[in-house]
Amino acid sequence: MALDRWIALIILIICAAYGYTAFFTMDGGLPPFMQRNPIWPSTFPKVIAALAIIASVIILFRLEKGTGEEKAPEINYRRLTDYKLGQALFLLGLMVAYALLLRPAGFLLSTSVFLLAGFYTLGERKYHVMIPVALIATVGIWYLVQEVLGIFLSPWPSFMLGGA
Amino acid sequence: MLEGILLGLSSAFSVTNLLMVVGGCLIGTFIGMLPGLGPMSIIAIMIPVAITLGDPSAALILLAGVYYGAIFGGSTSSILINAPGVASTVATSFDGYPLTRQGKAGKALTVAAIASFSGGTIGAVLLMVFAPMLASVALLFHSAEYFALMVVGLSAIAAFAGTGQVAKAMLMTLLGLVMATVGEGALFNQPRFTMGILDLQSGFGFITLAMAMFALPEAIFLILDPARSKTGTSGEIKDLRITREEAKSIAPVIGRQSVQGFLIGVLPGAGATIASFLGYAVERNIASKEEQEQFGKGSVKGLAAPEAANNAACTGSFVPLLTLGIPGSGTTAILLGALIALNVTPGPRLMVDAPEIFWAVIISMYIGNVVLLILNLPLIPYIAKVLTVPRTYLIPFILFFTLMGAYIGQNNSTELLILVGFGICATVLRFADYPLAPLLIGFILGRMLEDNFARSMQLYDGIGFILERPMTLGLLLLAVVLVVLPAYRARRARLRAEGVADGD
Repeated sequence: MALDRWIALIILIICAAYGYTAFFTMDGGLPPFMQRNPIWPSTFPKVIAALAIIASVIILFRLEKGTGEEKAPEINYRRLTDYKLGQALFLLGLMVAYALLLRPAGFLLSTSVFLLAGFYTLGERKYHVMIPVALIATVGIWYLVQEVLGIFLSPWPSFMLGGA
Repeated sequence: MLEGILLGLSSAFSVTNLLMVVGGCLIGTFIGMLPGLGPMSIIAIMIPVAITLGDPSAALILLAGVYYGAIFGGSTSSILINAPGVASTVATSFDGYPLTRQGKAGKALTVAAIASFSGGTIGAVLLMVFAPMLASVALLFHSAEYFALMVVGLSAIAAFAGTGQVAKAMLMTLLGLVMATVGEGALFNQPRFTMGILDLQSGFGFITLAMAMFALPEAIFLILDPARSKTGTSGEIKDLRITREEAKSIAPVIGRQSVQGFLIGVLPGAGATIASFLGYAVERNIASKEEQEQFGKGSVKGLAAPEAANNAACTGSFVPLLTLGIPGSGTTAILLGALIALNVTPGPRLMVDAPEIFWAVIISMYIGNVVLLILNLPLIPYIAKVLTVPRTYLIPFILFFTLMGAYIGQNNSTELLILVGFGICATVLRFADYPLAPLLIGFILGRMLEDNFARSMQLYDGIGFILERPMTLGLLLLAVVLVVLPAYRARRARLRAEGVADGD
């Protein structure tokens, strides 16, 4: 089974769960005065759940016929390991780490480490270029966001702020 | 009208107001280029500055300049790095980015600048002439028609998909609608589908989703396949000129889409996003067979259409704001807030009570468009220098900007995890050739669609409004035709390919 049909199956399951919630469990907690309304919070979700299930079934069983010609895919997922999969996964992991560390480690430290690790992963080895670039970009963006745009970004690790 | 224009000219050509236009356009362009910061956030950020100016005309002129600049800047990042920071420039990336990958970034930016300029200028002329008249047309539309109009907009997206892809595009649109229902709706003070997660209470962030659908998969593709980032341009934008044939082919497109975009922009709730998608779909459908093949692969027509339409629609969205006091979009809603803070109440009486504000804004629209054109055409080679940054530096920065965009919007690090999660899902969807734009459009329109649906259901006490309002019925039928037509055409094409004779 091709990937697009697997995806259709997964979406079908999600939509079925969504539809189940909309049809059977959501209305339980509805206050009596709202039950007299012609529209409930679940009305619109019921409609889209039904339509989405129809659409995913069409894809799953290939009911819509294409012109038959296969387009060459941008990335052939069957040969994913031929690509730089490791780099991609590592950078995604780095983004997750950044998300988790942004608050505790502060903006300046986490951002400069993120950028440096990113450059390094992609094969950059010119330390005399990448370190200044990362530091200047980090401080510059922090200044822009914090001072010019006025959005608070905690710059330092949380332990240095004295628990504030 | 003539004394109005003269009044506007005298007001708009004061030194401060000219500075406001130029400054606003510049700020808008540069911030708008950063993915994740759309006109809405930029205008919101600029409001304190505008209010401290104290003069309502100057403030509105500044904010309008920022608005145009941001739309243009958003097109630039759509074209160059396929990271539309704004929903209304998503359609720009369909043909703009393929042009960049063919090494024609300079041409793409020139076409975009010219189309934006024409769209904005034609829109301003139309605004001046039709503002009073169009206001009464917009009044005829009730929530039932808005609901139907949005359904038409979403169905039109199926037209992007091309043969054999309609079901996928539909499914993605519906998935977007499903995602829009997560969180607390405006009409019901009840969280839905949050699975008990507190961070989902306010729903998914638009910017997060936009980043996850476009910028992140693009960055992942760049990492996976190093050959992709070799665009053929060494950042040398030589080919700025467009040929006479290209100019001839885009001129009618720009003309049509400026008018159509303006009319769509006037309708509250429609706005630049729908205008750009509808403009793209319409031009794609009326183009000749050979040109249709080019759409999505770097067609100048496909680039000019959404650019002209979204700029004209931006201008059009000022009509309900200035004449009725009803903001038609998020951006004009923020502008409305700024005006009220400046002690100006937009509405039908604005033209009578404070004509200098009304006309100064209109004149400044012309000036703003000229400023954008003369500012951006010579700057294009420098703007396009973004491309010369080596990929080892570019990719971490793109990843970082997606993170920053999601974080600034919500100030919440859970949003970043949602971003990465959806980014991975979007990449897998792209592997399987699912179109991602419909998902985002479904998500953006989802809430408005449901609100209007709910309102009509309440007004008519049930689903009967569809039959009671002929315009609603007509629009909904049009939507059905739009969805069924591609399938029917594909079927006919297949039959013909199999050698079965058909009617015509």
